[in-house]
Amino acid sequence: MALKSLFAASAFALLASTAHAGDVRIMWYSDGIEGEVFQDLVNRFMKENPGINVIVDNVAYSVIKEQLPVQLEAGNGPDIARVTAIKDLAKHWLDLRPLVADAKYWDENFGANADWMRPDGSNQISGFMTQLTLTGGFANKTLFEQANVPLPGPKATWDEWAAAAKKVAQSQQIPYPMAMDRSGHRITGPAISNGANYIGKDGKPAPLDAGAKGFLGKFVDWSKDGTMSKDVWVSAAGQSYRAAADDFINGQVAFYYAGSWQVPNFAKKIGTNFDWVATGSPCGPAACTGLPGGAALVAVKYTKNAKEVAKVMDYLARKDIVKEFSERTLFLPAHKGVIAEGVNFKTDSALVKEALNTFVNATKTTSDLANKMPGWRWSDTMYGAVVTRTAQAVAGEMSKEDAFTRIDSDVAEKVKASSL
Amino acid sequence: MSSPSHTPPRTGQLKPKTDWSSVVLAPVHFIMGLADRPLRLLQKRAGIGGMAAFFLAPNMLIFGVFVLLPIIINLIYSMTGGSALFLSERSFVGTDQYAKLFDCKSYLDPMSCQEDAFWTAVGNTFWFVVLQVTLLILFSLITALILNRELMARSFWRAVFFFPVLLSPVVVGLIWKWILQRQGLLNFALYPMGFEPYTWLSDRTFAFAAAVGVSIWAHMGFYTLILLAGLQAIPKDLYEAAEMDGTKPARIFWRITLPLLMPNLLVVVVLALIRAVQVFDEVFVLTGGGPGTSTLFLTQYIYETGFVSQPRNAGLAAAASILMGLVLVVLTLVQLGIGRKNENKGKR
Repeated sequence: MALKSLFAASAFALLASTAHAGDVRIMWYSDGIEGEVFQDLVNRFMKENPGINVIVDNVAYSVIKEQLPVQLEAGNGPDIARVTAIKDLAKHWLDLRPLVADAKYWDENFGANADWMRPDGSNQISGFMTQLTLTGGFANKTLFEQANVPLPGPKATWDEWAAAAKKVAQSQQIPYPMAMDRSGHRITGPAISNGANYIGKDGKPAPLDAGAKGFLGKFVDWSKDGTMSKDVWVSAAGQSYRAAADDFINGQVAFYYAGSWQVPNFAKKIGTNFDWVATGSPCGPAACTGLPGGAALVAVKYTKNAKEVAKVMDYLARKDIVKEFSERTLFLPAHKGVIAEGVNFKTDSALVKEALNTFVNATKTTSDLANKMPGWRWSDTMYGAVVTRTAQAVAGEMSKEDAFTRIDSDVAEKVKASSL
Repeated sequence: MSSPSHTPPRTGQLKPKTDWSSVVLAPVHFIMGLADRPLRLLQKRAGIGGMAAFFLAPNMLIFGVFVLLPIIINLIYSMTGGSALFLSERSFVGTDQYAKLFDCKSYLDPMSCQEDAFWTAVGNTFWFVVLQVTLLILFSLITALILNRELMARSFWRAVFFFPVLLSPVVVGLIWKWILQRQGLLNFALYPMGFEPYTWLSDRTFAFAAAVGVSIWAHMGFYTLILLAGLQAIPKDLYEAAEMDGTKPARIFWRITLPLLMPNLLVVVVLALIRAVQVFDEVFVLTGGGPGTSTLFLTQYIYETGFVSQPRNAGLAAAASILMGLVLVVLTLVQLGIGRKNENKGKR
C-alpha cells in the first residue's frame, strides 16, 4: 500500500513539473501596466476555451533581449513571446498562415508591419504588433513656463530645442537641459533627420555619411558641454540599454527624447507633479522624423502545441481585443481596422490624450528610411556599434573621428562574421 | 568485512534505553550486507587499484560532465565562427578568433588593436587585480590584527566586518550605486557643506576607484577571518618571551607575527588574486562597465561579446574565456604549490 502511494506521489510530481498538451506558455515583458491588462485578457480566453491553459511568464526586458535569443538558438523557448528584435530573430517564428482561422483578416489588418517580423522574401504570418511606437520628445512644460521660455513650435530644429532647453536649465537650476536614452534606436531618428542614410545600395550597412556623422558629432559635443545629460550614456559599457526616463520624471531635465511608450509611464509616475507635453521629433535639414518600432507578439516555431498557439493568437488579434488592449494600456494600435475606427484611450488626463495625439500626428512626418529601419536585418548591428562607440566618445575615451572609424569597422566586421 | 563493534550497555541505569543508533543504522547495515558479496567479487577481479577507480568513478563522472566537458566544448567553440548556437551549424575557423584577439600594433595601446575592448578589459583587470589585492590584503591584515587584540565587544566587531560577505553581490552593487549616484546619499551628505552634487560614477577615475573600493568592502571580511585564524594559531609564549626581552611592537610584528602568518597570507593572496581576475557581478551592477570602458573587466567583456552584442559572437567570447582560464590555471597551480609546501612543513 505504502509503495503504491509512493508511486502515485511520484507520478503526480512528474506530471506537475512537465507541460501538459494544450499548455501555451507566453513570455511577456512590461513597460507599464500592460502586463495586468494582458493577463486579464488571457484569463477571459481561458474561460472561453477551458481546454487550453495559457501561462504568462512575466519577465524583465533584459531577459527578452539577452536570454530569449539564446533559448531560441537552442531550439527552445516559450510558445509565444513579446519581443522587440522582431526581424533579427525572424527565423525562429512560426508561420501561422496555415493555422489561423482567417489569414485574410491578418493580412488586411496587420499586413503593413508583417514584413518587420518575417524572414526576407516570405509571406509568413509570424504574429502582430501589440503596440506601435514612435520615438519623440517630451518637454517639461511647467519648467518652460516658470523660466518664461516659450516652447519651440512643431517645426523647431534640434538646435532651437537645445537653445531653449539651455535657457530653462539655467533659469531653473536643473542639472541638464536635455537627455536621451542610451540606445542606438533612439539616436538614429535624429541622425536620419540630419540626412543620415544607414542602408547601402546592396541592402547592407553603408559607412557613416555626413548626415550621421553630423548628428552623432553634435550629440557628443552637447554631452561634453552639458547641453545633453551624459550620465545615462556613460553609465554602462558596450551596447547596454539605459533609459533617462527617471531624470525627466524627477524634473531634472527640460527636454527628454524617448518615445510614445513612455506616455503611460509618465501618466502614472508624474501624475500632477508638473505639466508635460509630447513634442514630436525636432527637425534636421532632411526631415523631422522619429523612428518607428514597437513590440510584437510572435509565435515560436519550436512549440509543440501549434494549433493551440494559433487559437490564442487568433483571440489576441481579434479587433475588439486589440482595441481594448490599446485603450486600457494607452498604446498606439497596429490594427488597421481599430485605427480606422478610432481609439478611445481610457484616461482622464488631458495631457495624456494630447501626447498620444501628438505621436499619432508625428507618424505623418516619419521618413521612408525611418519606416524601413525596423524591417532591416542589420538595424540592431548598426544600433549596437553606434551606441558603443558614441558612448566612448562621450566618456572622453576617443575622439569623434575615431568613434566614426570604429563604428564603420565594427559593423563591417559583424557583417563579415555573420556570413561565416 | 568485520561487523561493527558495539559499546557495552552502561550499568546503573534505572530503565534500559532503546539503542536508536542501531535502529537508524539498520538499513545501512542491510544494504552493506547486500553489497558485501558483489564488492568482494569485484575486488577479487579488479584488485585494490581497480576498487579505488570504482569508488572514484561517480566523482570523476560528475567532474567530467560538469567541468571537463564544458571546457572541451568551450575550446571547440573558440575555434568556430558565425552567430549560430549549435556547433553543427558553426563553421570551423581554426585559431582565427585568437588571432583576432591578438591582432594589435601595440599591446600597451588598446586602441591599436582590432578587439580594442578586449585589451582595454585586460588592462583594466590587471590594474584592478594589482590595486584590489594589495589594498585588500593590507586592510584585511590590519583589521585582523586589531580584532585579535583584547577589544570591548570583540565578537560584535568581528560580525560587523564579516557582514558584507553575507550580502549578494547584486545587493552590494545596488547599495553603493544608491550612495554614489547624483541624487545619492554621498551628495546628500556633502550638499549642506557647500559641495555641488557630483555624478561620481560618471567620473572615469572615481568610478574605477569605486569599483576597487566596493569590491574590497564586500570581500574583506572573508580574508580577515582567515588571517584572524592564523593569528590565533601563533603560540602566545613567543609574544611573552619577546615582551620579556623588551622587543619593540614593530619588531615583534616583523619577526614573529608576519613570518608565522606567512602560510595563511600566501593562501589569502592567491585566493584574492583568483577572485579579482574573475571580478564581475558587483561592479557590473555598480557601473555597468562605464563610464566608457573604464570599468570594463574581462568577465564582462566575455559576457557582452557572447550574449549581448548584436550579432552575438560566441566563438570570440569562448577564445577570450580560454585565455582567462589559462591565467586562472596558473594562479591555481601556485595555490596548490603553496598548499603542498605548507603541508610538507607541517609534516616536518
